Amino acid sequence: MTANGPGLEPQDKITAEIVSRHQQYQDDLAAGARRTGTLLDFAPYRSSVLRHPTKDPRLVDPETIELVSPAYGHWEVAPIESDLTAQHVGGEPQGQRMVIEGRVLDSAGQPIRHQLVEIWQANAGGRYIHQRDQHPAPLDPNFTGAGRTLTDENGVYRFTTIKPGAYPWKNHLNAWRPAHIHFSLFGNAVTQRLVTQMYFPDDPLFALDPIYNSIPEQRDRDRLVAAYDHDLTSPEWALGFRWDIVLSGPQATWFEPEGDEH
Amino acid sequence: MSDAREAEILPTPGQTVGPFFRFGVEYAGENIVVQPYSPGSVLLSGTVYDGAGEVIPDAMVEIWAADSDGSVPTGEGARIRTSHLFSGFGRAQVTGAGHYEFWTRNPGPTAPGKAPFFAAVVFARGLTDKLHTRIYLPDDEAALAADPFLASLSDDERRTVIAERDAEGNLRHDIRLQGEGETVFIRF
Repeated sequence: MTANGPGLEPQDKITAEIVSRHQQYQDDLAAGARRTGTLLDFAPYRSSVLRHPTKDPRLVDPETIELVSPAYGHWEVAPIESDLTAQHVGGEPQGQRMVIEGRVLDSAGQPIRHQLVEIWQANAGGRYIHQRDQHPAPLDPNFTGAGRTLTDENGVYRFTTIKPGAYPWKNHLNAWRPAHIHFSLFGNAVTQRLVTQMYFPDDPLFALDPIYNSIPEQRDRDRLVAAYDHDLTSPEWALGFRWDIVLSGPQATWFEPEGDEH
Repeated sequence: MSDAREAEILPTPGQTVGPFFRFGVEYAGENIVVQPYSPGSVLLSGTVYDGAGEVIPDAMVEIWAADSDGSVPTGEGARIRTSHLFSGFGRAQVTGAGHYEFWTRNPGPTAPGKAPFFAAVVFARGLTDKLHTRIYLPDDEAALAADPFLASLSDDERRTVIAERDAEGNLRHDIRLQGEGETVFIRF
């Protein structure tokens, strides 16, 4: 349509590039390359072409400062900041109200306690409040789309928000991002710093999306998809989704799964 | 009893911050780790570039470092800056010209003879995952020469992870994601 002018590449070409790049990753693994969670060099995501390092990051032993993380006081985040439906005096936002809850763990399964979790997202129509988002869907005067919280004693976080809409972008012709919420996390060490995206189950846009597919292995992509949880759903109030997050420790690597065959 | 390696659970992979992250992560005083021009303060600044040598106008840089006496900060207040505790953590949104800056302190050696550095993490639209690097202070040449990570780098590579000190005592350090002078990034 008018937002996508001529000259942008078709989805079929992007999808074929995704399939081909995933195959190349498997070929590289078979040739002895190291396993990775996310490919920095992922051309189907066009903005990455000039923004990925050409050299593999150097493996270093983390030193003193890298083995710890900033400390956040409970007074630095107000409880209301975790409720994205309660940030505007004018009323509640449009959209499907939902609760997202989960645990933040290290790679040994231990809870990450009292650490900062930040989220941001589009509104129910798929529009970000950011001034450069020109998607012609309406802004919602009752929704900003940013929230934060600290994990509790058990590493648990919980947000109340609305389900974001799918979001069109100009990576290629008729490009749509699957509905997602951005998450930013701090661990017990700066090496565990993570920014990622949470998706919703069974999104038909998954196979088409270059960002979701910058993670080359299905089992790793599956880790970004929240699970619908009926026990977390509240009668006549909100749907519940559960999503646990694992922050890699300095020693954690993308282990070869046992019995893996290429 | 299962062995420890079997019990290891796989980490959640990272994703790009996307184009519209600033409204979600920016906060008041985020790059003011200490008050500008206060005793012991230093301005650390630079520009983030892409592989074509163009500035990147939608990146975010975070720093985390020891205090000037080499101690690891334990002070809360990385987010609410009113406490005047030294949190050691800063976050900067680059300008439209790709420029970032922090008011902070020079980190000190965490042990005698250690080369002080800022741990830095870089995020950007088009960058599919975070990138870790270090920004070393240029002053103690003996400590820099003894640093095992720096020793593993060529002279050209070393220059990409050591800041420059200007006449006013402030620090300049550019970050290049790709190409000529590409910053050395690290994993652990």
